[in-house]
Amino acid sequence: MLQRYSVHLILALSGGLLVYLADQEYLSLYTMSVLMFMGVNVILSASLNLVNGYMGEFSCGHAGFMCVGAYVSSLLGVWLFAKDKVFGAALLNPEYALYAFPFVILAGGIAAALAGLLVAVPSYKTRGDYLAIITIAVNYIIISAIENIGAIGGSRGFMGMKRLVNSMEDIIELPWMPIWVFIFTVFSIWLIRRYVSSTFGKGVSAICQDEVAAEIMSVNTNKMKTITFMLSAGLAGIAGGLFAYILGYVNPGSFNIMKSTEVLVMVYLGGMGSLTGSILSAVLFTFMLEGFRFIIPLVNDFAHQVHLIPDSYDISPVWRWVLIPLLLIILMQFRPEGIMGNRELKDIFPRLKKFYRFK
Amino acid sequence: MLESLIQNIINALQWGSFYALIALGYTLVYGVLTLINFAHGDVFMVGAYIAFFVATFCLTVLGLPGWVALILVIPLTMILTSLVGVTLERIAYRPLRKKGAHRLYVVITALMCGLILEHANLAILGASRKAFPVLIEVQVYNIGGVTFTNLKIAVIVTAFLSFLFLHWVVTKTRIGMAMRAISYDKFAVPLMGIPLDQIIVVTFILGSGFAGLAGLLFAMSYPVLEPYMGALIGWKAFIAAVVGGIGDIRGAFIGGFLLGAVEIMVVAFFPSTFRDLISFSVLLAILTWKPTGLFGIAQTTKI
Repeated sequence: MLQRYSVHLILALSGGLLVYLADQEYLSLYTMSVLMFMGVNVILSASLNLVNGYMGEFSCGHAGFMCVGAYVSSLLGVWLFAKDKVFGAALLNPEYALYAFPFVILAGGIAAALAGLLVAVPSYKTRGDYLAIITIAVNYIIISAIENIGAIGGSRGFMGMKRLVNSMEDIIELPWMPIWVFIFTVFSIWLIRRYVSSTFGKGVSAICQDEVAAEIMSVNTNKMKTITFMLSAGLAGIAGGLFAYILGYVNPGSFNIMKSTEVLVMVYLGGMGSLTGSILSAVLFTFMLEGFRFIIPLVNDFAHQVHLIPDSYDISPVWRWVLIPLLLIILMQFRPEGIMGNRELKDIFPRLKKFYRFK
Repeated sequence: MLESLIQNIINALQWGSFYALIALGYTLVYGVLTLINFAHGDVFMVGAYIAFFVATFCLTVLGLPGWVALILVIPLTMILTSLVGVTLERIAYRPLRKKGAHRLYVVITALMCGLILEHANLAILGASRKAFPVLIEVQVYNIGGVTFTNLKIAVIVTAFLSFLFLHWVVTKTRIGMAMRAISYDKFAVPLMGIPLDQIIVVTFILGSGFAGLAGLLFAMSYPVLEPYMGALIGWKAFIAAVVGGIGDIRGAFIGGFLLGAVEIMVVAFFPSTFRDLISFSVLLAILTWKPTGLFGIAQTTKI
């Protein structure tokens, strides 16, 4: 009984607590947005882990799919439910915004999954480093395509999503964005878990072990790759849609290769082929990024007080982008398999198996 | 019409020269180690900055005339940049190689090294752009409506000479033979008495040295330096190397010029914001049509 429902219980409790805290405004706006980005990062790293970890390919253009999802769901949402200078008046009554929102996000995911075909189709013949380059090229193609569509703002970006979020809150007075982020994060993790542990999904690990042998053993590798790439890209699109609605603003520049590298860092920090690792590393990584925001000025003040560095020089927040890669290099030297390796939580603590079941 | 065509060809050759010089470094390292050295674009950026500091030092502190400074700057930049490349190899890649880590981990390490170079530069030197000092007077020639500068010609000639030199090293010298041997069979090579680590260091010296040279030439042609200048051009040069067939010197060279030509032609006929879109799409099409690049040899896998 406990084993069966403990995960549901924990999720319901933590979700409820989160909504309660957000609703009563015990958490500041900043803390809320960090928590929401954490959810987005969890989806991103788990979905890239599907390709890079479970399937053993090297995809480094994940942010491109995120970009497609972000733009499609924001355009769709604003077109349908908000007054905007690009689309004019709202097409539907904003009262329906709340019920349509998950479909808007899912539509972004579907569009991103279709963009995933750009990588999936070349991957039939292309492998390894050549496939890596295709993913980078796709990332650049998506970004510069959007930059060149002047109607939706081009490189200046697109905004207006906040109105949709506000109209959701007008219908029922609840902090809707944290709720949706929470639901979609759980949904993505559940979907990936179902996929890789299904009989059909075993083919993904088979491709990782040996693609040629998998094909001989009657795994339809092309089909497998198409589905996995599309699923991964689609989940990235969902993450992108949420990202857009959290910020209320998207511009193509925020989905460049740097963002893809961030996601890569999360995957390899957590460990390839470990969902628990991906979740853990996404949480840790978000904390680290935000933590350095506070630590670096402190260090700077301290160093100035003890005259360690000249007065004319300030330790800028850019240093966090030196420290995080450095951390990863050190990790690669001493524990290259990442935090969790390819193990899940219950492989590390076998006794926990009695208390929960997550499939 | 003919003039504008020749003009565009000259521009394409110059623009392609940068890609080719950087792509040579990618392909050398890849050929020997099968490692995508993602830090290479940033080594190029570091090269440009080193050239900036050396040139400023020569001009202001030593007070040398421009052409003497240039003669000093070229070898110094190449040596110092190759030191950076060798340092990366020594402290980041070699320990991993000794442990026999999966090559993906080395690739990630390289990616991180690139990030460190970029942001350390940004954090130490600040976000302000640096203006590269003028070393030689740019002279504009005009022959039959086609304009070109002495700098453009120098860039193109340097790229061709570098290619010939590297091709000679790889195909004719003992070190080149050892490089090819390593790329053929990494495990048998030490048994034949070839010092593996030294050859790899030489590879990094050559690759990074020419990246430094490219950085110097780039800084002279487009005299504004910023920390992210190496990122995009590095990725593009890598793509050029892959399109040519990574691991093959000729492939990298031709891939670089191909990419340069595509970009210049796109700018000539479309708005310049379409440059990345169309050139990457062309490359995607080439890779889909010929998955191992133009000069690459399809590898057969044994089970």
